[in-house]
Amino acid sequence: RRQDVLTVTPWLAPIVWEGTFNSEILDSAYRPLNLTIGVTAFAIGKYTRFVGHFLESAEKHFMKGYRVNYYIFTDNPETIPDVQLQPGRRFVIVPIKKYPSWQEISMRRMEAINKHIAETSHQEVDYLFCLDIDMVFYNAWGPETLGDIVAAIHPGYFNVPRSQFPYERRSFSAAYIPDGEGDFYYGGAVFGGLVKKVYEFTKTCHMTILMDKANGIMAAWQEESHLNRHFLSHKPSKVLSPEYLWDDRKPKPPEIHLIRFSTVDKNYKEVRD
Amino acid sequence: RRDVLVLTPWLAPIIWEGTFNRDILNAQYMRKNLVTGVVTFAVKKYWFFIEGFMSSANKYFLAGHQVNFYLFTDNPEQISHLQMAPENHLFVITVQNHSQWQDISMSRMDIISRYIRSQFQYEVDYLYSIDIDVQLFEHIGVEIIDTLVGTISSWQYTAHRESKSYETRTESQAAIPKGEGDFYYTASFYGGSVAEVYKLTRACFKGVMEDRENDIEARWHDESHLNKYLLYHKPTRLLSPEYYWDEEL
Repeated sequence: RRQDVLTVTPWLAPIVWEGTFNSEILDSAYRPLNLTIGVTAFAIGKYTRFVGHFLESAEKHFMKGYRVNYYIFTDNPETIPDVQLQPGRRFVIVPIKKYPSWQEISMRRMEAINKHIAETSHQEVDYLFCLDIDMVFYNAWGPETLGDIVAAIHPGYFNVPRSQFPYERRSFSAAYIPDGEGDFYYGGAVFGGLVKKVYEFTKTCHMTILMDKANGIMAAWQEESHLNRHFLSHKPSKVLSPEYLWDDRKPKPPEIHLIRFSTVDKNYKEVRD
Repeated sequence: RRDVLVLTPWLAPIIWEGTFNRDILNAQYMRKNLVTGVVTFAVKKYWFFIEGFMSSANKYFLAGHQVNFYLFTDNPEQISHLQMAPENHLFVITVQNHSQWQDISMSRMDIISRYIRSQFQYEVDYLYSIDIDVQLFEHIGVEIIDTLVGTISSWQYTAHRESKSYETRTESQAAIPKGEGDFYYTASFYGGSVAEVYKLTRACFKGVMEDRENDIEARWHDESHLNKYLLYHKPTRLLSPEYYWDEEL
């Protein structure tokens, strides 16, 4: 039981923190459903170097005991290492085009995920999580994260007032959120839900990204801005605490009892080149 | 709310005043164009409660949204003219009366499941069974709408697991093994999606029939069976005792 943090949103979506749930009860409810959980991750250009560590750590901590399909989207299939997986888990390479800038690559993810769901993964998985590849699992990530529409609170903004959230503030962007509005600042590195729901909101986000493109504007934090706009008007049914989306460069505050998924320290300039 | 438990160990929210924003929830509910039904029974002397229940429910239950009230009674003539809000509908359904009130209460499960199958599934998305001897004094809104919803009994809220009123005799289908049980739910207010309520009422009635064949009756009748069901099929949302408070407490 956690009394130091908010554990339910005003629209009654649970906010998942260590201490709020019992893994055994959740496993006994979810395991019998024979679910397959999908994971999408984009490894473009130099980002393929993160795949090995991501997968190895996922094998140790992500949805243990469940069937998992990893979909690694890459422009460079030959550089993807061969990682040994547990039974019931498989790994699929999805070849995609490389765009000229890292911002463009980031924003095209919505379109790529949406297309892939329509063509392939909707038949293969029940739930889908879209994760950044330059991250590592350190602790259990289990069925407590499953929900219709799942978003995660960005580690840099869970303790700051709403006025400081880096929402897109230019009113002519489709990702615009006016002052005084907004529930949380959600991170673009983790989102997911029922495959059908992920299909719907990736489509919407891609549409708003294209609208901005047509108007010659790019949102402050690329698709993360669009995701935040979307989740403001279509609230997630479950919110993951920053335990599920941490940044190791930050000192660990008292509210964070367990870090489950976190960024890999890297030289941004070098790797985005 | 820091003074109460607002989330179960399986991450179902427990609804207390102050934990939710009804405006946000109303906006979400209206977007989906949903219809909610209420099932209630007024058999034998319980006809007396009809007016009180219906006028308060009409005013306070999901106000502003379409609600279908299904009133089962053996005494349709006793129902005086009830003025319903424009978005609400009242359907009066005549039933036979049984000799003992336990029989009536147990056969409710059967009646509800049969009517879901033949009628309600085509008319409502969500369905709630509420005891007639209840008056609403405050708004009960869309915060109650979810797939499978149980209400924590106010009598049992502070009780420890060992002293909770679960059926413990293993001969009964409603038996809950010692040391188990999450909460004690009241049979006076439960509901959910029409599909889930169908499954629940079928399962409970099946338990009731099996007990009858084995010449045993659960301690708290249909409520014991309800508690067994909700232990093994966890509710997706719980209503705190604020939602069904027994005045005698």
